Amino acid sequence: MDAYLPYVLCLVLFCIGIYAVISKRNIIKIIIGVIIAEYAVNLFLILVAYKAGGRSPIFSRTQEILPEAMVDPLPHALVLTSIVIGLATTAFLIALAVRLYGKYGTFDISRMRELRG
Amino acid sequence: MIELYVLIGLMIAGSLIAIEVKNLLSAVVAVGVVGLGLSIIFLILKAPDVALTQIVVEIAAVVLLIRATLNRDIAMKYCGNRPFGAIMGILFTGFVFVIALITFKDGLNLFGAPLMTVSQFYPLNAIEGTGATNVVSAIILDYRAYDTLGEATVLFTAVVGVLTVMRSPGKKKEEDLQDSK
Repeated sequence: MDAYLPYVLCLVLFCIGIYAVISKRNIIKIIIGVIIAEYAVNLFLILVAYKAGGRSPIFSRTQEILPEAMVDPLPHALVLTSIVIGLATTAFLIALAVRLYGKYGTFDISRMRELRG
Repeated sequence: MIELYVLIGLMIAGSLIAIEVKNLLSAVVAVGVVGLGLSIIFLILKAPDVALTQIVVEIAAVVLLIRATLNRDIAMKYCGNRPFGAIMGILFTGFVFVIALITFKDGLNLFGAPLMTVSQFYPLNAIEGTGATNVVSAIILDYRAYDTLGEATVLFTAVVGVLTVMRSPGKKKEEDLQDSK
């Protein structure tokens, strides 16, 4: 079970984010839940790529580094893309939240539903 | 790897504080703790490029969140849970947790032993194929450059969306409304 422990801790983090999205009424808290779940997914992919005793996937001119000793570089490249796209979606969510606050004067989603008409 | 567990524990504590604290500004600062801890974890897991990007993105996200919660009235306003929110949240989250644990047992590789059947190609051929010593940048800028193009497209679309949502309504629109009346 010890070999799965980092995955399970990462899953706990993801579940905290999902819990915030489901149960909170404040829009900012919901956005925070989305951000935390996204961090957990990125962390999970990097954890899957880790090789025990591995090195960073960077060659050097001064010392001999075997390609077999490197950690998996492919998830790193894709998570790099995913992080930047996560920032873009977060910025869009925050812009919508600020706009909703300007319209309704509150971040509470249940009160927005009552004001709809 | 004890530092990995300590840092993930710090991230879990920070995220619990972030979703349960009543002051929104404190919640945003706790999200900053979670993101910077994540960037140190990336360094420990030998992903320096990802760690640098994570620092920059985290700071930008915290600045945007602070912009949204800067007003003191907003920060102190407390909204509770949804009706039945805690029960629904715990039920659904527990369901996700159990399903994911079963899936972990089923097919996931052990921590520290990645499946490298496909991606072994990249470190073996990066120097001859692209001339880049950093294998990650060889992948994102050469082997999978279309991914980076798509990323730039998504970023551009998001910026256009944010500008569209945030722009102040023009005066011309009100005149049009009066004309139509």
